[in-house]
Amino acid sequence: MKTDASKFMNPYAAGVLLGIVLFAAFALTHSGLGASGAISRIEASMVATVAQSHVDRVGYLAAMAGGDRHALDHSSVMMLLGTLLGGALSARLHRRQKLEVIAGPGVGKAKRLALAVLGGLIMGYGARLARGCTSGQALSGGAVLSLGSWAFMFSVFLGAYALAWFVRRLWN
Amino acid sequence: MLPLDLTANGKWLVYLVSALIGVGFGVVLELAGFGNAKKLASQFYFRDMTVLKTMFSGILTACLLIFLAASLGYLDFSKIFVNQTYLWPGIVGGLVMGVGFVVGGYCPGTSAVSAASFKIDGLLFLVGTIVGAGIFAETVSLYEPFWNSSYTERLLVSDWLGWSIGATVVGVTALALILFYAAERAEAFMAGAPVRWAPQNPRYVAAAGSALALALFIWSKGEMTPEDKWARLGDQYQELLERREEQVHPLEYVKTWNDASVKLVTLDLRAPEAFETFHLAGSKNVQYDALLEPGLRFQLNQLPVNGVVILISDDPEVAARAWKRLKMEGVTNLYVLEHGLSDWREVFLPVADLPHFDWARPPLSVLDAFPKDSYQTRIKLKTARRAAGLCS
Repeated sequence: MKTDASKFMNPYAAGVLLGIVLFAAFALTHSGLGASGAISRIEASMVATVAQSHVDRVGYLAAMAGGDRHALDHSSVMMLLGTLLGGALSARLHRRQKLEVIAGPGVGKAKRLALAVLGGLIMGYGARLARGCTSGQALSGGAVLSLGSWAFMFSVFLGAYALAWFVRRLWN
Repeated sequence: MLPLDLTANGKWLVYLVSALIGVGFGVVLELAGFGNAKKLASQFYFRDMTVLKTMFSGILTACLLIFLAASLGYLDFSKIFVNQTYLWPGIVGGLVMGVGFVVGGYCPGTSAVSAASFKIDGLLFLVGTIVGAGIFAETVSLYEPFWNSSYTERLLVSDWLGWSIGATVVGVTALALILFYAAERAEAFMAGAPVRWAPQNPRYVAAAGSALALALFIWSKGEMTPEDKWARLGDQYQELLERREEQVHPLEYVKTWNDASVKLVTLDLRAPEAFETFHLAGSKNVQYDALLEPGLRFQLNQLPVNGVVILISDDPEVAARAWKRLKMEGVTNLYVLEHGLSDWREVFLPVADLPHFDWARPPLSVLDAFPKDSYQTRIKLKTARRAAGLCS
C-alpha cells in the first residue's frame, strides 16, 4: 500500500462528519452540497468576459450569464470557495500542503499531468450531462432518496470499475 | 422548523452560510484523504475502499438525520430540494464521470481539495473540469432532447419501490451495511489476510446496530400526517386565510383556465353525482379522503413551477380542510374557487347568450363583459417554490 491510511481519519468517522455537514446544508439552505455547478459558472463567467454575445446566443450559458446575469453571483460559487478554503486549512494543519504531483508508481509527471487534465475534462463534461457531480447528485440526492441520484451513483462506480482494469498501470 | 429560510434576510447571509458549509465540506474531504488521487483510485482496485465507506456513511448519516427530524416534526421534507430525476442522461453522465474518475483520479469536489493542498495534478484536473463544462455548454444543443428526456420532477426511491419512506430508509441502511461489510472483506482479501467471515471490529458492529435501530425507529414513527404538520406550522398561513387570499373569483378562474402559460389542475371535491351533473372542463373529481393517496400526491408534486391547483367544493369547510392538507404536502400555488360552483351560474348568467359560450369552459372573451375591478386578483405564481439545487 502506497498511501499511509493511518495519516487520514477513519473513513466511517469521516463519513459521519460528512453526513452532519450535508444535513446542516439541507437544514440551512434547503439543498445539499455541490461543486460542479460552480465550476460550470466559472466557465460561463470566463466566456462572458471575452465574448458576452456568445453567452447570450448559447442557451445553456445564457441561463447562467446572459444579459445582466452574473454567473458567479450564486451560492454554489461561495460553497466552492469555502471548499477550497476548508481543504487548504485542513491540509495546512496536517502538514499535507505540499507542492507535488500525485502519481501512480512508474507514471511520469508529464504523463500524469496530461491524464489529470484529460480526466478532468471528461469529468467536467459528464457532470454537466448528469446535472451534478459526486457531491451534488450522489451525496445530496442520495441522502434525500432521489431515484435519479441513486441510478447516477451506481453508474459512476460502474463506469470507473469497467475501465479500471484497462488503465491499471496508471495506479498500480 | 427546518429547513430555515435564510433568503428572507438577503442573499449575503445565504452566501455566507453556503461558504461556511463549503469550509466544513472541504475540511472533511481533506481529513478523509480525498485530496490524494492515489488513495481515491485505490477504490477501483479494491485495495482501499475509503471512497465507498465515506460516501455511503455520509449519505446514510444525512439520510437518517433528515428523516428522523422529519418524523419527529422538526423538519418539513416537502421543503427540501430533491434532485430532479433525468434517468438516462444521469446514467450516461455517470458512466462518463466514472471514466473521468479513473483516468484523472478525482471528482470535482475532491480535485478542489487536492488543489488546495497544492497538488498540481489536482489543480490541473480542476482546470480540466472547467474546460469540460465549457465543451458541454457548446455541444449540448446537438442532443438537447436526450438531455431533457426521462424527466420526473420529484421521484423518490420510495415511490419507485412502492414502499413508505421509513421502509426505504431501513432498506438504504441495510444496503449500506452490506456494502461496508463487503468493503472490509475485500480489503482484507487484497491485503492477503486469512479469510474470516465474522465482522472483526466490535465497535463497527455496535455502530451498525445503532444505525439499523435508528432506521427502524424512523420506520415505526411513520411520516407526520398533514394534520399534525398543520398543528405545528399552520400559524404562518392563518393571516392569509383570514384575508381570504386563497379564494379565487370565478372570473379569475376563467382567466387562468384560458392562460396558456399556466398549467392548471382543478380538483373537484364534490360528490360524484354532483360532478356527473355538472363540472368544469378539465376538472378531476376527487373525494377529500382520497387527497392523500400516493398517486395524486405524487402527481401534484410533479407540477412544474407554473402549475396552479384550484380546489372546488360547495362546502367551504371541506375546501379549507383540503387546502390545509395539500398545503402541508408542499403544494405551492394552491387556491380555492370562491363559493365553489354555487354562484357560478349567477356570475355567468349575464353572458350566457354570447356566441361560443360554454358553461363548463367560459371563453376568455366573457371577461370583456365585466368591469375590470369586478374581482381581486389572487393568483400570484410563486416560481421559486423550493430552493434550486447547487448543480444549476
